[in-house]
Amino acid sequence: MIAKQLDSNRLERTDGWGQVVHAVDYVYRPTTVAGIQDVLTLARDTGRSVGLRGGGISYGDASVNAENILLDLSRMTRILDWNPETGIIDVEAGVTMRDLWRYVVGDGWWPNVVPGTMFGTIGGSLAMNVHGKNHWQSGTIGDHTLEFDAVLPNGDCITCLPDETPDLFQSIISGVGLFAIVTRARLQLKRIYSGRLKTTSHTVPDLKSLLTLMDAQKDDSDYLVGWTDCFAKGDTLGRGQVDATVALAAGKDPLPTQTLRLAFQDVSDTIFGVIPKSILWRVARYATNNVGIAWLNRAKYWAGKLQHGKQALNSYAAANFMLDYVPHWKKAYLPGGLLQHQSFLPKATSEQAIREMLTLCQARGYPSYLGVIKRHPADDKYLLGYSLDGFSLAMDFRVTARNRAELLQLMYDLDDIVVAAGGRFYFAKDAHLRPESVSASLGAERMQTLIALKRQYDPANLLQTNLSRRLFGKQFQVQSKT
Amino acid sequence: MAQSISENALNQRPKAIVVGASSGIGEALSHKLAAEGYRVALLARRLDKLEAVATAINQAQGADVAFAVQHDVLEFDTVPQVLQDVTAKLGGLDLFIYNTGTQTPNDPERYDPTGDIGMINVNVNGAIAWLSPVAARFQKAGGGHIVGIGSVAGDRGRRPMPGYGTSKAALHAYLEALRNRVRRYGVTVTTIKPGQIETEMLKANADKTVGAIPVEQGADLIYAAIKKKRQVAYIPFKWQIVSLVIQHIPSFIFHRLPI
Repeated sequence: MIAKQLDSNRLERTDGWGQVVHAVDYVYRPTTVAGIQDVLTLARDTGRSVGLRGGGISYGDASVNAENILLDLSRMTRILDWNPETGIIDVEAGVTMRDLWRYVVGDGWWPNVVPGTMFGTIGGSLAMNVHGKNHWQSGTIGDHTLEFDAVLPNGDCITCLPDETPDLFQSIISGVGLFAIVTRARLQLKRIYSGRLKTTSHTVPDLKSLLTLMDAQKDDSDYLVGWTDCFAKGDTLGRGQVDATVALAAGKDPLPTQTLRLAFQDVSDTIFGVIPKSILWRVARYATNNVGIAWLNRAKYWAGKLQHGKQALNSYAAANFMLDYVPHWKKAYLPGGLLQHQSFLPKATSEQAIREMLTLCQARGYPSYLGVIKRHPADDKYLLGYSLDGFSLAMDFRVTARNRAELLQLMYDLDDIVVAAGGRFYFAKDAHLRPESVSASLGAERMQTLIALKRQYDPANLLQTNLSRRLFGKQFQVQSKT
Repeated sequence: MAQSISENALNQRPKAIVVGASSGIGEALSHKLAAEGYRVALLARRLDKLEAVATAINQAQGADVAFAVQHDVLEFDTVPQVLQDVTAKLGGLDLFIYNTGTQTPNDPERYDPTGDIGMINVNVNGAIAWLSPVAARFQKAGGGHIVGIGSVAGDRGRRPMPGYGTSKAALHAYLEALRNRVRRYGVTVTTIKPGQIETEMLKANADKTVGAIPVEQGADLIYAAIKKKRQVAYIPFKWQIVSLVIQHIPSFIFHRLPI
């Protein structure tokens, strides 16, 4: 069977961020490229696969590799070079978005693309090709990556530039860690002239107005995000709020040096000045049920109405990292954890598909506790591109010991709506997709390219995760020599 | 054979290892676990018998949920490697059952140190070689369930079976110690104490049987105890009363009794 034994002391329990996925893996945390190569050698000697993990904030099983090696790059945290004149930065893969923005904001720069939480690493962000609330305007993180270094499964180190090796560049970025291990990236950041953003909130009475307003706002906003009350039914189905945010132009902030300071950006760790946010999830636990969350959604909607049309100034950190506002909020979903269903839909079918999905969830008795809608551009560039010219809907569900079977069936039925609408899925959020849904949404051509590239760069199928085995297990199986 | 199952976070089969799965309680329990949705690794010395059990389970379930791994519990040094390989093949581990046990024929007159030491090796040392790394693993994982198959024979030192009784008493103590060690990490340890269950071992060793139950019924009862996360369970329950009585017979009477 296996040639060499692994060190059992390396065994650690690793969880998906949503706390639905749990695994035990042999975890290695090297700090150098040589250390990574040693782990690859060890994997070959012991007949194990290697999964990649950064911040560990993928919701499902994208960063766990049960009973195999998990290469955790979160200790590669050096910032190698920073030029505040050009806004070009070189970082190791384990540098987090938090490390990055905190390092550069004082010089008047900000990452072009940040996801809703700052605790992901740059390596993980590239593997998932993350987007932000400015997806329509600014694309994905891959679009602002000038070059990166990566270790291939055979141990070779390469440098990838978008123009020189486009196929590798576009498949390692978005490739969910299936092709190579990114060790360093050079990113172009963007100039900002204030540490604050101006957000205008609009309350909308139904789904149609929500989508119409987002479409109308998309070219005039730097950041755009929609929230929907997934409990609203009938005429009010899809009611919610659209937050359109613009950056302040040069000279509009009278005191940029002050708003660009870390002290201004750092999100307060208390609410009302006295209540520590760290205890909020313990309180929220009692509301994390259909009744409590229905009232919270209702309250948010009506509170939003009072703010309708008003403008507010927020720090970049507060406006971008909404998921970090309440620390450890995922724990409010314990013990069963949290499952997210995120789908990307073409514009033509978006309204109908979102309507069907919201209605189906309600009919089954599992209305989503949080509904987020965003506007996205088409993406035909990256291998595992998930984005379409249209809208995305993200929904959160609470998993319990009793609802697992029903919830899973609901997920499958939602997937079918998405596939029928010509939509796609995003693997950083996924814990449940079936291979057939993924093949159908990616299309035969992309699947063939994916398999061909995997066979070319990782013929031994060394780089795997629970997610890759679940979604592509059969296709990636090593061809036995006959 | 039927297709493999596309598992995800919500429909994962729990994973179990049964050491001593080629016959008797281990075989029946493996069938029961598979029927309850487990993926099961079957370990024992006799590969042909083990493969037959695996095939029967997979046919009954219509899916590839059981596989056979040849292993001799007396090869203590190989256990860490086998554990790594088997958990890799299973894709995890939620339940570990040490069922392997051997018994020489009951005889109140015969002295048999070789046979007694042999039983200690299989029933105790083999168990320690497995239970220890499994407990360490479950402690790290923050959860898991260990089950040891002891015996009512371990509750009192009895005339016809000094070696067997000692081995089971030692196993009970070891399991109890592990339970006290790993419970705070969310790990459950269950000691199963079967009375008389109709197995090859019973037929070969006991001169007479008292109300023995079929092995399938025994497996059902053991599974129920596992599911309830019992600390100690007599199978079937009536043996708890019998054992209670036997444990409280004063020594000056007990040494006069032919049990």
